[in-house]
Amino acid sequence: MTDKLIIAGREFTSRLIIGTGKYASYAQNAEAAKAAGAEMVTVALRRVNWSDPDQDRLQDHVSPDKYSYLPNTAGCFTADEAVRTLRLAREAGGWDLVKLEVLSDQKTLYPDMEETLTAAKALIADGFEVMVYCSDDPVYAKKLEEAGCCAIMPLGSLIGSGLGIQNPLNIRLIVEQARVPVIVDAGVGTASDAAMAMELGCDGVLMNTAIAEAKDPVRMARAMKHAILAGREAYLAGRMGRKRYADPSSPLGGLI
Amino acid sequence: MQVFVNGDPFEIKDGAVVNDLVRALTDDPRGIAIELNREIVPKSKHAETSLNDGDRLEVVQFVGGG
Repeated sequence: MTDKLIIAGREFTSRLIIGTGKYASYAQNAEAAKAAGAEMVTVALRRVNWSDPDQDRLQDHVSPDKYSYLPNTAGCFTADEAVRTLRLAREAGGWDLVKLEVLSDQKTLYPDMEETLTAAKALIADGFEVMVYCSDDPVYAKKLEEAGCCAIMPLGSLIGSGLGIQNPLNIRLIVEQARVPVIVDAGVGTASDAAMAMELGCDGVLMNTAIAEAKDPVRMARAMKHAILAGREAYLAGRMGRKRYADPSSPLGGLI
Repeated sequence: MQVFVNGDPFEIKDGAVVNDLVRALTDDPRGIAIELNREIVPKSKHAETSLNDGDRLEVVQFVGGG
């Protein structure tokens, strides 16, 4: 198969990007990443906790040699904080492909699009390749693309909500106009949500909680892998038309 | 002298450079980044960047996140 996902000139075979938060352990996280067939994982940047030097380290389980780390700006509520965080992430890891998210309030974690656009411009001017978490507003999606973002990542529904894709029409509009990959980021709750994103023509899905908070995260990771593949294939195959009435599948002629 | 690391006071010898601080904090500095008074200090400059009394440092690393 030559159906590759290309983001900022980098080729990926998997269209499923997974988070590394909320797992019972980094070991379980690593198992899930493997089961998901993921090639890219999001990571956060935080102060080193000196009080427990023996604490497990993410990179000892989910190795940056094996997975592309996608540093995020989770927890940032202003453009300045997000830019500062990603500059530190670049120093820590040496990667310039990043996930930008600038949030508006703790209750909804809804993206603040004005701050997001400001941050995106500053980061792109500083040499970053920016994958951007955004609302499902096609107008802002276009502005972010015009600013030079390398992937547009609208929410399906609120971060961690598991409510699926609440506005498939907008996701479809964003997909139709975009010339860069569109990746549904946030809101996926189960496999059918991921398949729906792909059937809408999205280029990939980014998820964390749907896997991490499943009763069996590794099994759900595997389910998501299949859902993404099924949805992608269905999109490429082109679905049949919808009809209001039945259309028999067996020939009408030759009936006894 | 006293500097502040991730918000907490930290005693270090006079004339110390960033490298001295890193060594005092960890045996395994892979994957960390350092900000000194809100300016990133690249790894290549850790050996030559002097610390001063009252400096504020952030030492960060990657952790799991969505």
